[in-house]
Amino acid sequence: MARKLLLDKAHIENIRYYDVYRANGGYAAAEKVFKGMSPEQVVEEVKKSGLRGRGGAGFPTGLKWSFLAKPEGVPRYLVCNADESEPGTFKDRYLMEFLPHLLIEGLLISSFALGAHRTYIYIRGEYAWIPDILEEAIEEAKRNNWLGKNIQGTGYDLEIYVQRGAGAYICGEETALIESLEGKRGNPRIKPPFPAVKGLWESPTVVNNVETLAAVVPIINIGGEEYAKIGIGKSTGTKLISACGNINKPGVYEIGMDISVEEFIYSDEYCGGIANGKRLKACIPGGSSVPILPANLLLKTAKGEPRMMTYEGLNDGGFVTGSMLGSGGFIVLDEDQCVVRNTLTLARFYHHESCGQCSPCREGTGWMKRVLNNIENGKGKMSDIDLLWDIQRKIEGNTICPLGDAAAWPIAAAIRHFRDEFEWHVLNPEECLKRNYGLAHYADPLPVPAAVAAAV
Amino acid sequence: MAVQFSEEKLNKVKEIIARYPEGKHKSALIPVLHLAQESFGGWLSAETMDYVASLLQITPIEVYEVATFYSMFNMQPVGKYLFEVCQTGPCMISGSDQIIDYIKKKLGIGVGETTADGLFTLKTVECLGACGYAPMMQLGKHFREHLTPEKVDAIIEECRAKAN
Ligand SMILES: Cc1cc2nc3c(=O)[nH]c(=O)nc-3n(C[C@H](O)[C@H](O)[C@H](O)COP(=O)(O)O)c2cc1C
Ligand code: FES
Repeated sequence: MARKLLLDKAHIENIRYYDVYRANGGYAAAEKVFKGMSPEQVVEEVKKSGLRGRGGAGFPTGLKWSFLAKPEGVPRYLVCNADESEPGTFKDRYLMEFLPHLLIEGLLISSFALGAHRTYIYIRGEYAWIPDILEEAIEEAKRNNWLGKNIQGTGYDLEIYVQRGAGAYICGEETALIESLEGKRGNPRIKPPFPAVKGLWESPTVVNNVETLAAVVPIINIGGEEYAKIGIGKSTGTKLISACGNINKPGVYEIGMDISVEEFIYSDEYCGGIANGKRLKACIPGGSSVPILPANLLLKTAKGEPRMMTYEGLNDGGFVTGSMLGSGGFIVLDEDQCVVRNTLTLARFYHHESCGQCSPCREGTGWMKRVLNNIENGKGKMSDIDLLWDIQRKIEGNTICPLGDAAAWPIAAAIRHFRDEFEWHVLNPEECLKRNYGLAHYADPLPVPAAVAAAV
Repeated sequence: MAVQFSEEKLNKVKEIIARYPEGKHKSALIPVLHLAQESFGGWLSAETMDYVASLLQITPIEVYEVATFYSMFNMQPVGKYLFEVCQTGPCMISGSDQIIDYIKKKLGIGVGETTADGLFTLKTVECLGACGYAPMMQLGKHFREHLTPEKVDAIIEECRAKAN
């Protein structure tokens, strides 16, 4: 059994409630902090742990915290990013629903470390029942003097508030989130200035993902060094993976970052293999924005080594033969799935979610959707495939925020690895309406498919 | 329906405004729009939005530009029960297309339409964060997951029973 640090108590009945959480070692980390750690020591411990942001980008959390500007007389804010809207990702929801006090304890310690006295949890509007759970837990914490004024007699004050969004993927981007929290449209800001200098209401602000902030609790409990011993290289600690698609056991799993992708998919401890006895065709391993990989490149790197479930392991080979760990949204496609159709749904998603500020993203995402729609419906031309490639190239890197890149990468990867499936749609306009292309050679053992070799 | 919050809801608005520092009450806009949509028929009319603007002492345009940006705010009337079915990749590969087709047939409406009795509206939406429990839809405050035709039937029955 892998070591669990976040979900170790998830099975305990009523762990949602303060008394049960407390009786099972809850708020011990906060106690440790208040009994003798300075804010700087907490930051130092998080740095030592090697913890990297769990929202998608994987930026070192301790380093991010040390960038926070601390001008005299200006409030500082911590904002917890619970917007969770990247397709394939549903891990933060699990933490908030089942372990709300773990998040609150993490927020308490992190707010203390950053010198924040008002902390907001920005949660996607569709998770409409979760604010009640969080607010109840906040009330309980307050009654037990873990929130409010003069917390545990230390003189430290903190309030935590829950703010609901209202349906906009872009509000997961940290500057769009801040705009939304200020009561505006979720249009990302041009950086610099970074939120660490000018964030919420022009004040220095740190935005962190739910899982990142929850992970601070075990880091304080066991110590940064101990945490860093789990995992491989710069992928330290444990990571929540939300697994979905055509597998036997979809759900949220906590992994130590030292297992292989193959173990994650096929072992009974995790996904339990491909559903209905089918074969693995492809996988999007880190949320819809990251490159899709065919089975052979997913299980083994281009060098023929087992691919590991770590930041570096999933990225091995760059975008030519690799992908990304991203948010941990692990989407598995079996041999019956159509890559063109899947890519079309993602193009539609990004078009729907583009905020519209930057023309390459606003126009390009809609254009890609229309071209893909034609190919999927047997009305595509061979030149459309190159056109798609051209459009995505022109979006990538040309927008204020990374949503443009997030929209471009899935299209690029689908063409890079599955070009023959796109061509088959064009060449078989009637047949493609009736059946799917199937597995072809995607699960064949390496060497790398010709299309990939050509792109190198 | 006159657009006016009850005493209880007005207190809720005050409580929301108190979450922000002095002078930052514009941050209350999205939470108050949620409250308004729930209170005034499931959508935001111009009258409702103007009322929210006056409550928060901001201009009506500041409310319109926000209300139209976020997909959860309905700019048109909807049925009493809004079926919001997810159609993004992970749900699609788990059978959401078939569920959407089934609901269309069963209710005799297309996507974006409302049944003649005003009970049901069908909407397709993008990923709601329930990908592992697909196919799924949002119905009011909650998610309905692992949908099958039988489950859809039961949900429709449940709504009809509640409406009577
Ligand atoms: C389009 C877009 C959507 C994003 N959505 C989320 C999200 O839903 N949740 C999240 O934690 N981070 C999201 N991010 C990343 C945030 O901008 C930010 O990097 C993150 O909240 C930082 O927290 P972390 O360092 O703890 O990961 C998104 C970024 C982009 C560009
Ligand atoms: S794709 Fe439907 S809930 Fe995520």
